[in-house]
Amino acid sequence: MDRILLKNVDVPNIHDIDVYMAHGGYISLDKAFAMDPKDVLEEVKRSGLRGRGGAWFPAGMKWQFCVEVPKFPKYLIANADEGEPGTFKDRPFLETDPHQLIEGMIVSAYAIGASGGYIYLRGEYPDGYRTLNTAIKQAYDRNLLGKNIKGTDFSFDLTVHRGAGAYICGEASALIESLEGKRGQFRVRPPYMATHGAFAMPTVVNNVETLVNVSHIINHGADWWGSIGTKESPGPKVFGISGHLNRPGLYEEAMGVTLRELIYERGGGIRGGKKLKGVIPGGVSTSMLTPDFLDMKMDVKSLQDAGSAIGSGALMVMDEDTCIVHIVWRAMAFFQHESCGRCTPCREGTDWMLQILARMENGGGRMEDLDILADVCHTIHHNCFCPLGEGAVMPVLSSLKYFRHEYEEHIKAGKCPKGLRARVRH
Amino acid sequence: MIKLSDKTIAAIEENATRYPDRNSVLMFGLWKAQEELGHLSPEAIEAVAEAVRVPRAKAQGVATYHSLYWKKPVGENVIMLCTNVACTLMGAETILEHIENRLGIKEGHTTPDGKFTLQEVECIGSCGYGPAMVINETFYFDLTINKIDDILAKL
Ligand SMILES: Cc1cc2nc3c(=O)[nH]c(=O)nc-3n(C[C@H](O)[C@H](O)[C@H](O)COP(=O)(O)O)c2cc1C
Ligand code: FES
Repeated sequence: MDRILLKNVDVPNIHDIDVYMAHGGYISLDKAFAMDPKDVLEEVKRSGLRGRGGAWFPAGMKWQFCVEVPKFPKYLIANADEGEPGTFKDRPFLETDPHQLIEGMIVSAYAIGASGGYIYLRGEYPDGYRTLNTAIKQAYDRNLLGKNIKGTDFSFDLTVHRGAGAYICGEASALIESLEGKRGQFRVRPPYMATHGAFAMPTVVNNVETLVNVSHIINHGADWWGSIGTKESPGPKVFGISGHLNRPGLYEEAMGVTLRELIYERGGGIRGGKKLKGVIPGGVSTSMLTPDFLDMKMDVKSLQDAGSAIGSGALMVMDEDTCIVHIVWRAMAFFQHESCGRCTPCREGTDWMLQILARMENGGGRMEDLDILADVCHTIHHNCFCPLGEGAVMPVLSSLKYFRHEYEEHIKAGKCPKGLRARVRH
Repeated sequence: MIKLSDKTIAAIEENATRYPDRNSVLMFGLWKAQEELGHLSPEAIEAVAEAVRVPRAKAQGVATYHSLYWKKPVGENVIMLCTNVACTLMGAETILEHIENRLGIKEGHTTPDGKFTLQEVECIGSCGYGPAMVINETFYFDLTINKIDDILAKL
């Protein structure tokens, strides 16, 4: 597939507005402004665009809910928190080609009727913070942002809000709490964000990559865009592939590319000619899968059918020498650290599981621990307000399903067969 | 009692114009104070609270919620090494051990001369180029023991 979203990432100085415009940048604004906002929204709906942040909710439908609420101002927020471990796909639109995101946001805001915009950017991307701020200033100077954009009666302000390191702030409602200057904790819905989002006003939160797609849909039409990928999950997608590969990195593919193609063609196969043991297909919060799934298509439905999720499209590849218990322990250390502490099953459950996994890795595992792990998982499942804890459950349950023997080997041997240890963190 | 510089106060006031509610400036204020003061002591947090005009407890609550706000003094160079799953697959733990040995400190600590702080961090969005770390806003990718030695020798 020809690159669409990453087409210009190698163009020198594409972060500069003149270079960006020389490469066809901001054309979608003219197209969109010549249309009624309703028709822009209709076009996005028709394209079948689904959110790229992990939940894959239809973007047009989310916008529609917000449009229908007769309250102003409305807000559009780009979720640039990119916190799901394994994910690095939004980074090009934050650090290299920022105008593509700004353009997508302007067109989206026009369709939604939003006059205020924020990019909630993870604190870990200081270059992105500077790059986006410069790009936004350039866009203001050209009257592509601000009052009466390009002489229309549409106005849209855009500000970067810099996060400071908290995974949960990537969850849309926690993000809004954080934007409002509070500790970023989950908001129980209802009320929904379409009616009471940021500053209690109708709000749309979309992932960066979702918004980037919008100008391409408007430029080339929903039919063209929707013809890429699979019917139920159309469009191009940036996959970030990492782990034991010869050529890890970012690859833009049509949705529905197979796992095998990603690993053995784009990724160049397993490093050192080793065998594949398993994959984490969509970020640490998604269930592990085995090589039996190599011919699976990477789309929403296929991953769901496989008992996992496509998540953010962050594929992590594990070779035959990987210690699964060690990986699950490290994943749990993350969830334990990032649990906001509000719901007891998540706060205590992740801590408990971390202790069990560490003990197992360090030689003190007992067979009954496997039942306890499963029990804790089931207690977290459906008993917490937010999905963070659910994410913590996925690596555990899936590894117990596919790699139970590795846990048993640890317990029987009284140590990690690979000689690894779980660290105590400070 | 710490007083923030006029420049920081002015930046906070400018930032406040971008939100319908002043409370939103709190994170920005904390960032600015950290840039100015190196870390966010309780007094620094109090100064931010005053500048933003929010209760001190609220500023404290937000400061302690986030891992990139330093609540304790840090070294001249803060090494943030990712050991999350993708980086661990690529050998981040060997790198961690090597840095600990080289600097003679454990993760989470600062060298006695105040030159380095070593911090294990969660994913820094460089998973395809791991093991990865950040030192003072510069990213380093595909780390090896040799690379680490080169990088640290130059700091
Ligand atoms: C714990 C947690 C962390 C999340 N982190 C992110 C994130 O970093 N970036 C993101 O775009 N979505 C993240 N999400 C998903 C958002 O809640 C939300 O669904 C998404 O931003 C909506 O955008 P989309 O419809 O365009 O995908 C996270 C969700 C949860 C539960
Ligand atoms: S896992 Fe280390 S950068 Fe993402």
